[in-house]
Amino acid sequence: MSRWRSVLRTPVGACAALLLVGVLALAVLAPILWSAQADRVDTDAIRQGMSAEHWAGTDDLGRDLFFRVLVATRLSVELALLATLIAVVVGLTLGALPALVGSRLGRYVVAFVNITVAFPGLLLALFLAVIFGVGARGAVLAIGLAGAPAFARLTQTLVAGVIERDYVAAARAAGIGRFRVLLRHVLPNIAEPLIVNATISAGGALLAFAGLSFLGLGVQAPQYDWGRLLGDGLAGIYVTPAAALAPGIAVVIAGLAFNLFGEALAKAVGLTTPLGRALPRLPRRTDSSAPSDAVLEVRELTVTLPSGARAVRGVSLQIAPGEAVGVVGESGSGKSLTALAIAQLVEEPLQVRAERLHFQGADLQAQAHRKLLGTSLAMVFQDPMTAFNPTQRIASQLAEGAREHGGLSRQAARARVIDRLRAVRIHDPERRARQYPHEFSGGMRQRAMIGMGLMGTPALIIADEPTTALDVTVQQQILQLLAEIRAADHVALLLISHDVTVVSAVCDRVLVMYAGRVVEDLPAAELARGARHPYTRALVAAVPTMESDRQLPLTVIPGRMPDPDDVSAGCSFAPRCALADAHCAAEQPELIASADGRRIACWHPAPASLALQES
Amino acid sequence: MLRFDQVTIRYGSRIAVDNVSLTVPDGEIVGLVGESGSGKSTLARAGVGLVAPTSGQVLLGDRPVGLRSPVQLVFQDPYSALDPRMTIGQSIAEPMPRASRADRRAEVSRLLELVDLDPSRAMQYPAQLSGGQRQRVALARALAGQPEVIIADEITSALDVSVQGTVLNLIRDLQAQLGLSMLFISHNLAVVRYVATQVAVMHHGRIVEHGPAPEVLGNPQHDYTRELLASLTT
Amino acid sequence: MATAVTAPRVLENAWVRFAARRLGRLVVSVWVVITAAFLMIHLVPGDPVRAVLGPTATAEVVAAKRAALGLDDPMWSQYLHYLQGVLTGDFGTGLASSLPVSQVISQRLPTTAMLAVLAFLVAVAIAIPVGVFMGVLTRGGRARRAELSFTATSVVLAAVPEFLLAVGLVYVFGVSLGWLPVAGRSGASSYVLPVLALAIGPAAVLSRIVRVQLQSVLQADYVRTARAKRLRAVTVYLKHALPNTLTATLTLGGLLLSVLVAGTVLVENVFAWPGLGTTMISSILARDYPVVQAIVLVYGVGVLLVNLAVDIALALLDPRSTIRES
Repeated sequence: MSRWRSVLRTPVGACAALLLVGVLALAVLAPILWSAQADRVDTDAIRQGMSAEHWAGTDDLGRDLFFRVLVATRLSVELALLATLIAVVVGLTLGALPALVGSRLGRYVVAFVNITVAFPGLLLALFLAVIFGVGARGAVLAIGLAGAPAFARLTQTLVAGVIERDYVAAARAAGIGRFRVLLRHVLPNIAEPLIVNATISAGGALLAFAGLSFLGLGVQAPQYDWGRLLGDGLAGIYVTPAAALAPGIAVVIAGLAFNLFGEALAKAVGLTTPLGRALPRLPRRTDSSAPSDAVLEVRELTVTLPSGARAVRGVSLQIAPGEAVGVVGESGSGKSLTALAIAQLVEEPLQVRAERLHFQGADLQAQAHRKLLGTSLAMVFQDPMTAFNPTQRIASQLAEGAREHGGLSRQAARARVIDRLRAVRIHDPERRARQYPHEFSGGMRQRAMIGMGLMGTPALIIADEPTTALDVTVQQQILQLLAEIRAADHVALLLISHDVTVVSAVCDRVLVMYAGRVVEDLPAAELARGARHPYTRALVAAVPTMESDRQLPLTVIPGRMPDPDDVSAGCSFAPRCALADAHCAAEQPELIASADGRRIACWHPAPASLALQES
Repeated sequence: MLRFDQVTIRYGSRIAVDNVSLTVPDGEIVGLVGESGSGKSTLARAGVGLVAPTSGQVLLGDRPVGLRSPVQLVFQDPYSALDPRMTIGQSIAEPMPRASRADRRAEVSRLLELVDLDPSRAMQYPAQLSGGQRQRVALARALAGQPEVIIADEITSALDVSVQGTVLNLIRDLQAQLGLSMLFISHNLAVVRYVATQVAVMHHGRIVEHGPAPEVLGNPQHDYTRELLASLTT
Repeated sequence: MATAVTAPRVLENAWVRFAARRLGRLVVSVWVVITAAFLMIHLVPGDPVRAVLGPTATAEVVAAKRAALGLDDPMWSQYLHYLQGVLTGDFGTGLASSLPVSQVISQRLPTTAMLAVLAFLVAVAIAIPVGVFMGVLTRGGRARRAELSFTATSVVLAAVPEFLLAVGLVYVFGVSLGWLPVAGRSGASSYVLPVLALAIGPAAVLSRIVRVQLQSVLQADYVRTARAKRLRAVTVYLKHALPNTLTATLTLGGLLLSVLVAGTVLVENVFAWPGLGTTMISSILARDYPVVQAIVLVYGVGVLLVNLAVDIALALLDPRSTIRES
């Protein structure tokens, strides 16, 4: 409930709430207080303009229009709420019905709603107004029923979204009936958007009612609402504009009150996501010492979140030509962000800084280096389903980089595309190139993505979980392909993965990341038995393999990785580490290189000899 | 004993499950391996009566399985498995047989302890739990229905590796303590090998190989099983 | 994956299936509209003939008129007769005037259609550039002030219904400034206010949709892929972000077009525009049901055709939408 109350804390929400309360109060009080003034006929003051005596002028019978507008609030709001109630009740019933009744009857209900929802509410309301007859009662029914299909559609969509959830399936599998499932699990989970939309549609009903009354189809004399007053006033807009403007303004204010309050509610209950706040730009500290022969050289890379917390905290790494380096870690360890930051693909509001970020000797922080990155750095992303533009053919997506950076002609680029598709073993590349991504299977898309990286002459491939979304047998083929490409062209690889087995099979060297930092850097061959950091060792032991002893329980790591917002001063793994002591909790261990080129950040590393003994 | 007897399930013209016969004997964990789209999740849903077979039948003992049969399903996604509006305790209590309020509360506490969670968490909402904890609550909820068989559909594949182990250990403990019968579905052979006594391999809607775990994994007969095994040992 | 192996055949079939399904839906919807229009005259309270002729007409006159309209025939025979009439373009004659209804329609339809088409073009011409500009300006939470004022303006504009906007425009440009004519149809200048009144609301909603969609498209994986190709920023926006923004916008904004069609009814009545909308309302008030019936039918079919056009545009822009349908 606190979320609902938080509406009042935003300026827009508070204003809208105030406005709404004002309108509702006026609806209750105005007829009691000012009916007499509003109905007083004064034949001496017919059709007057604005004056001190009559703020909004007078009508044909000399009645004061200002008071008439105030008094009309009651009828206008009342009728709008009544129509909304009809819309909500009928819409909710129609919308929930398919979930309750069998699939055949449900399909007819859905089809009916689908056909009616295609027509604008106003048109339905006009049609229904003819049937129900001219007048307030007919108009309420017309607007209410005309609003029902939209509400039914919304309910259907929301119900369908919740019904797919596993907890509904679990409840059904537990023998809970459809009606109880609807009441207990579905309705409470869709109540918020429904309430928000009902509020907004109350505003819509108010405006629609004004429209019908304005056309002469709604409220009939001697009763009057805002629409009626507006219609009566429009004829004399040249003589007494206030007669048309005053009720018009009233309608707009009341409509806005409902609308804005609804929107503010929507924001408060999280139907729309707020954006992070902007950060002050941090100065860059760079190190421009002489370049090495490494393909990639990264020193003290940090990525800062909008909250100010650091998701990547000082990562340093080097990749030699042709070398394959893996980065493993659990979700939230910062491994993917590290990869994206290196590739210069992290955008505001996140901020990237590094003391040194050199790719093939070029300082990526100094200049854009579009051409260098476009031809020499290949990226492979996790989800091949979403990584291609769905509206463009494969060929054009592969070709555009080469055409931009390599200056290839259309034909040359096309020939290259077909050649590259063949290189990643896609059968019938001429035909495949003309297809759209959705016509490719997951494995083929990942091949095409790799082919895209090979359009240039890459020195480094950064692959972020390239096989996670794929089946194991396909995964195998993709890893094989990457290995062949590396061998053929001496291409370096930075492979990001949560899968220890994949990384140790493909890479020469492995970096283990935890809570935004590299905690160990070791040869891939040592990962299984020679790791020295307690986290690495636990991570390896926690994964069952085909050799695990089935009699022993799997190693587990108690607790969970800290979020970037609450990393401690000491070693972030300390709270979960069996070896941790007071020193670990107080001071963060640095990542220190040993003579054999391995690096480790731990106060109590397993001794190298012990690690060897175990193997 | 849960028995799939020549079960075929079609969606329109697509055959999701093709003439599958499979038995989950009392007190055993049968592992079912297959890739996405192989039909294993459809089979799981048929096992609890959420999907009706197009032909063939699913039997618990000698009676066909329906929605009220004592078979429970545990799902893959820990974030969609629990109703966010209900407390942990309410979720667990839902499938319980009728009983007094105090009895139900005591049973919820017992089940939470059984899955290694603090009973005081009964008052918490799913949002306050981690993925691994949620999966353990989902297991507790399944146990609350006093099922004869539990079907676990990829229950560890959405979890991080450090958490996956706790759930697998729990499955093994529960099996040892309660003599649980379970159909354990996973795409990961090593995970299946760790918990299951029997292994069935599913491919394109069919069971292509089935037998005691050491035999199937040690001496695979079907090409597809060999391919799966080969992909593990790069 | 089966879809991949048999892709070309699936694609061809998908197009055929899409066309067949869409056509089937259109036929069913048109039939529903015709039937609804037919039923309307039977659902109105009381005797429609008595209502239009007034209480002073003798019973013989009423009976004669009923017989002439065929209202005493059995229901199914009236229905078949009506269907036949609609399919041959014969909507009968009006009760109030004795003109053939089809003649009224053919006179009034073009002026209304002109209004709607112009308003649509204006709305799109405003919404897309404004939405794209605001989307790029405010991406990733930049330019918070601009975002706030844009949102506030568009919310207010979208919340004001077209007929009130029309009254406001009449007051400002017609009454106060006297720049533009406020009633009737007389030359190009008389189009300005009605078209604006119709277009501003949809333009506000549409530009918000464009902005939000562009923002979500900019977050999409394939835009990251495009950036990983190190294309120029302009290329990324125009070639990758914009087409996908438009398909998403069309999906959500399609209904807006039909709302605009319906909006002509109100706006025409503010500006005394000699179109279908004014005729419809005057006929409703005069209880001239055959005319109302025909106009309801025309509006209904108009909306269906707009929806069809949106779906076809979507299918052309996004090759997946045909697959998704089937």
